[in-house]
Amino acid sequence: MDNSIKKRWISVYVENQVGVLSKISGLFSAKSYNLDSLTVGKTEDPTVSRMTIATVSDDETFEQIKKQLNRTIEVIKVIDFTNIFVRMKEILYVKVLKCTPEDKVEVFQIAETFKAKVIDYGRDSVLVEFVQTATKNDAVVKLMKEEFKTIEVVRGGSVGIESISMMER
Amino acid sequence: MRKITGNKLLVRALKEEGVDTIFGYPGACTIDISDELYKQDDIRIILPRHEQALVHEADAYARTTGKTGVCLVTSGPGATNLVTGLATANYDSVPLVCFTGQVARHLIGNDAFQEVDIVGITRSITKYGVTVRNREDLGRIIKEAFYIARTGRPGPVLIDLPKDVMCELGSAEYPSTVNIRGYKPNTSVHMGQLKKALKMLKKAKKPLFLAGGGVNIARANEVFTEVVNKTNVPVVTTIMGRGAVPTNHPLFIGNLGMHGCYAANMAVGECDLLFSIGTRFNDRITGKLHSFAPHAQIVHIDIDTASISRNIHVHIPIVADALEAVQKMNEYVEPCDTKKWLAQIRKWDEEHPLKIKSKPQMTPQDIIEEMNRQFDDAIIVSDVGQHQMFVSQYTEITDKKRMIMSGGLGTMGYGFPGAIGAQLGNPDKRVIAISGDGGMQMNIQEFATAVLEELPLILCVFNNEYLGMVRQWQKLFYGKRYSMTNLRSGALFRRTDGREMPEYTPDFVKLAESYGAKGLRVSRKEEIAAAFEEAKKNTGTPTLIEFLIDPEEIVCPMVQPGGSLDEMILDC
Repeated sequence: MDNSIKKRWISVYVENQVGVLSKISGLFSAKSYNLDSLTVGKTEDPTVSRMTIATVSDDETFEQIKKQLNRTIEVIKVIDFTNIFVRMKEILYVKVLKCTPEDKVEVFQIAETFKAKVIDYGRDSVLVEFVQTATKNDAVVKLMKEEFKTIEVVRGGSVGIESISMMER
Repeated sequence: MRKITGNKLLVRALKEEGVDTIFGYPGACTIDISDELYKQDDIRIILPRHEQALVHEADAYARTTGKTGVCLVTSGPGATNLVTGLATANYDSVPLVCFTGQVARHLIGNDAFQEVDIVGITRSITKYGVTVRNREDLGRIIKEAFYIARTGRPGPVLIDLPKDVMCELGSAEYPSTVNIRGYKPNTSVHMGQLKKALKMLKKAKKPLFLAGGGVNIARANEVFTEVVNKTNVPVVTTIMGRGAVPTNHPLFIGNLGMHGCYAANMAVGECDLLFSIGTRFNDRITGKLHSFAPHAQIVHIDIDTASISRNIHVHIPIVADALEAVQKMNEYVEPCDTKKWLAQIRKWDEEHPLKIKSKPQMTPQDIIEEMNRQFDDAIIVSDVGQHQMFVSQYTEITDKKRMIMSGGLGTMGYGFPGAIGAQLGNPDKRVIAISGDGGMQMNIQEFATAVLEELPLILCVFNNEYLGMVRQWQKLFYGKRYSMTNLRSGALFRRTDGREMPEYTPDFVKLAESYGAKGLRVSRKEEIAAAFEEAKKNTGTPTLIEFLIDPEEIVCPMVQPGGSLDEMILDC
C-alpha cells in the first residue's frame, strides 16, 4: 500500500435531514481529517442528498474516513472515486477588478484559452466563469493572481458522478 | 382512528419495548411526560439527584442486565448534564436511549429559557441523535432509537422532544418493524476469513488470545472459555475484557497494558500470533505502537469495521459479533501444542508475579483479596483512578461475578451511581462499588437515591486523601511535585502548613449516616474481614466502608506513558 498523502474524492449518499451536514463535517473536524471541499445537494429522490467530498490524506486515514462515514447512521452509501471513472467538475468565478484596457484584453484571452465564459462586464472589471476540474481551477487561480493586482475568487467545490463509458473527467 | 398525544405514545412505546425501569429527572419541558408516567404502574421510575448520576445509573443498569437503559431529562441543563454520561456509554458501547425535553418548536433558536441544541452538543458522543420535528415521526423515531442503541456495536441514542410536538394529537400506532436504509448491522462471520485465522492459530508456535470488552458485551464468555480449553492457547485481557475467561483459569495470564501484569505484557511482546476479539487497541493497551506485538501476525475480530486496522495493522480482519464468531470458532478449533510457550509464560509470572509488596499497613490488595474471599456471587463496580487499576488487577471474576467500570472515557464519579444502576437491575445480586475519595465525592449526592430505594450496596472508599493516580504520575515522573492532587489543600492547609486540619474532609462515616446509610471506617488489615461481615448484615440500606490507604501506594507494574509494553516499572 503506498501511503502517500494526496487528494482523494468520495461521493456520499446521505439522508436529507436537519443536522446531517453538521454530522459529516463534524466527523472530519472531530477526527482531525482534512476536509478540502464538500458539496451537497438534493438528488432525484428528495429524501436523499448527495455529497462530493475532497480530502487530502494518506491511505490509512482515507480508509478510516470511509469506515467512519459508513458507520454513520444517516449515511446511506459511500462511493470511493479513487479507482473508478468519474465525471467531475467545479464551478469557479473570478472577478478581475481595477482593470486597465490591457488587463481586459488579457482576461478575454485567458477565458478563451481555458474555454471559460466571460459572463459580466463593467467599466474596469470583468467576471469569468470556469467550469472544469478543481485541479485546473487551482491553476487558473494561481495564474490570475500572478497576472492581475486585484481579483475576487469564489469556488463551488467539486461535484462528481460515475461515468457511463470508460472515460475520465 | 383514535388520536393520542405524543406523551401518551411515548409511554406506550416504552411499554412495547419492554422497558421496566427508567431513570428520570423532571422539568418544565418534560412535565407532561412525567404526568403520563404517573398514570401507569408498569414502568418503575427512579429519581436520582443529578442527571450525570442518572445517566451512569441507566448505563450500569444496561451493562448488568443486557437491556437498554432509558433516561428522561428536561431541556437545557437537564440535557447538558447528560453529556459526560453519554460519552462514557459511547466509549464503552452501552445501549442507552435518552429522551431530552426541548422547548416548543417556535421557540427553538430564540435562546428561550432552558433551551440548548443538545443534539448538536452530543453529535460526536452518541451513536445517533435526532430532534423530533413532526408528531407523525415520533413512533418511528423511538422504534429506530431502540433498534440502533442495542444492535451492531451498541451505543447511546438521544431523542430530543419539543414540548409542543409531544402535546400534539397524532397516530396511536407504534411501529413493529424498523427499516433504516443507512444502517444494516452485520453480525455474521465471514467463514473464509475465520478459517484462515484458525489455520494460523493452529500453525503458530506462540499463539495468544487477546479478549476485550466486546467478549463481555456479547456475553460470549462461556463459549470463549470452551474455545480456550480446546486450544490450550493462553489468554490476556484488557480491563474491559477481564472475565472473558474466569480469572482463576489456568490459561489466563492477566491484563495487558499500562498496568497489566509482567507476564501478560511480555507474552504480547513475544507471541507470534495475537488472536484478538472485541478490542479497539486503545493507547493504554498498546503502549508505543511500533513495539506492540512486534513478532506477531494479528487477527482481529470486531463488530465495528472502523475499529479494525485503525491503531495497529491487522493481518486478518474479521467483522463479526463476538458471540457468533466465538461460537463458530468453537466448532472448528483444534488443540494447539503450546506446552513450551506456556512454560515460558509461567517462568515470567514466577519472575515477577503480580502483587503489592506486603507490609504491616493495609494495602489495596489486602482489601480486594478479602472481597474475593467473602463474595463469590457479585457485581463489582469500580470508579476511576488507582483503585480501579487495583480492582482490575486483583479482582477475581468467575462465572457468577461481573465487573463494570468506565474503561474508555475514564469517568470519575461513575462508580457509585453505577452500583445503584447495577443493584436496581439485579436485586438478588450483591453489588459492591469501589471508589477513591476523589471519585466518591463526584456523585456523593446519590446516597439519597440509594437509601430511598433501599439498596444494600457495599461502597468501598479507598481514601488516601489524594487524587492517587495523578499523584502517582507526579511521584514517578514529575519530581514529587504534588500539584493539585492533595484533596486537603486550601487556605487552612496553607495557613497552618497542614497542622491544624479537621480529622476528615469529609467524614465519610458521618456523611453516610446523615443520609440514613451505615458507615464504617477501617484503618488496619485485621479489621477488613469484620467490616465486610458487618456490611453483609445491613440489608436495608447501603453500607459505606472507608479504608484508609497510604498515599504512597503505587500501582505496579507500570508502562511509562508512550513507552513499550516490555519496559515496565516493576517496583516502586
